[in-house]
Amino acid sequence: MARITAGVATSHVPAIGAALDNGRSGEDYWKPVFAGYETSKAWIKDARPDVVILVYNDHASAFSLELIPTFAIGCAESFAPADEGWGPRPVPVVQGHPELAWHLAQSLILDEFDMTIVNRMDVDHGLTVPLSLMFGQPDAWPCKVIPLAVNVVQYPPPTGNRCFKLGLAIARAVASFPEDLNVQVWGTGGMSHQLQGPRAGLINKAFDTAFLDRLVADPEGQAAVPHIDYVREAGSEGIELVMWLVMRGALTREVRELRRFYHVPASNTAVGHLILEPIPEQPQ
Amino acid sequence: MAENPFKDIPGTTLFDAEQSRKGYHLNMFCMSLMKAEGREAFKADEGAYLDRWPMTAEQKAAVIARDWNGMLALGGNIYFTSKIAATDGLSFQQIAAMMSGVSQADYAAMMLAGGRSIEGVRSKKGDA
Repeated sequence: MARITAGVATSHVPAIGAALDNGRSGEDYWKPVFAGYETSKAWIKDARPDVVILVYNDHASAFSLELIPTFAIGCAESFAPADEGWGPRPVPVVQGHPELAWHLAQSLILDEFDMTIVNRMDVDHGLTVPLSLMFGQPDAWPCKVIPLAVNVVQYPPPTGNRCFKLGLAIARAVASFPEDLNVQVWGTGGMSHQLQGPRAGLINKAFDTAFLDRLVADPEGQAAVPHIDYVREAGSEGIELVMWLVMRGALTREVRELRRFYHVPASNTAVGHLILEPIPEQPQ
Repeated sequence: MAENPFKDIPGTTLFDAEQSRKGYHLNMFCMSLMKAEGREAFKADEGAYLDRWPMTAEQKAAVIARDWNGMLALGGNIYFTSKIAATDGLSFQQIAAMMSGVSQADYAAMMLAGGRSIEGVRSKKGDA
């Protein structure tokens, strides 16, 4: 039986990918960012996931305004890195897991989550930067990846509560997949940042810290936080944080926090990172 | 109708239904810059290239003037308009500095010092 063994959350700042790709990760500006992921890289070498369900958002790369799916699941054999205007990132092609992805799509739809099924999709920095942070620069990614794209560009994104419940449904779907697979669920984006307008550059460390605490200890409470609070307090792009609730929903009610990292700045953004481990409930 | 609470946030344009409808062609023009052919044709003759989309005269003028805040007001979305910046060889941080009205050096220094503080920019009515 497939099982969810961990949840990972991380920001997906494009400049982090560019720093790595251009050999600038050792510069003083970037060193603390990459240093913050060293123990996580060691951890994941031992954790060895077979498949990562990677929750992220597309940034006008695969989806323009012609088609804006709220939740889309990548069921293809593979996904090429997108050309975001500077040429594609020099990272390996992402290998999918069509069997599990189709199983998830079917289970989720019958569980009343109306997923969009995607058979061809390029993946942008939202998906590839988290892989780079956790795995470095390998010739091939060491696991299969199921991209799960959430619309957070066109308002309104799904509510935090809907994202959390999608995570719960993902946990049910994974548990009903017969093959023995070690599955992780990742939530990406955030933390506080605003890229647009006169308020660009907003960072709210107090909000971010409270979000991290509450995501771990009181996820239902965090799931009830309305969009206006994210946009006002964490910036217009900080609303990406609802995607972390998908990851959290896929874990158990109680979790062990294995890793937390927070750093300002990476370009315009606060970088946040968590590794959480489920604690299965013991039968009474 | 109740007051839209998002309009109370200073210096922020929510990309909602109204903005998306207004900016559809502007944003789809930006999308065309994802391809090298689009970028080259735009650079060769900006006005002629923009005429391929049924954009308003104000939208075209804002693109040509690289009025980044103006484009947002006219329905542009930052993930789309940033493709113009990429075509110009500008980084996200450079246009963020322009949109917030400071030099790139000052903006970068602000970010290194922890970013723009939330204090005073929560609400147009003033922070409670």
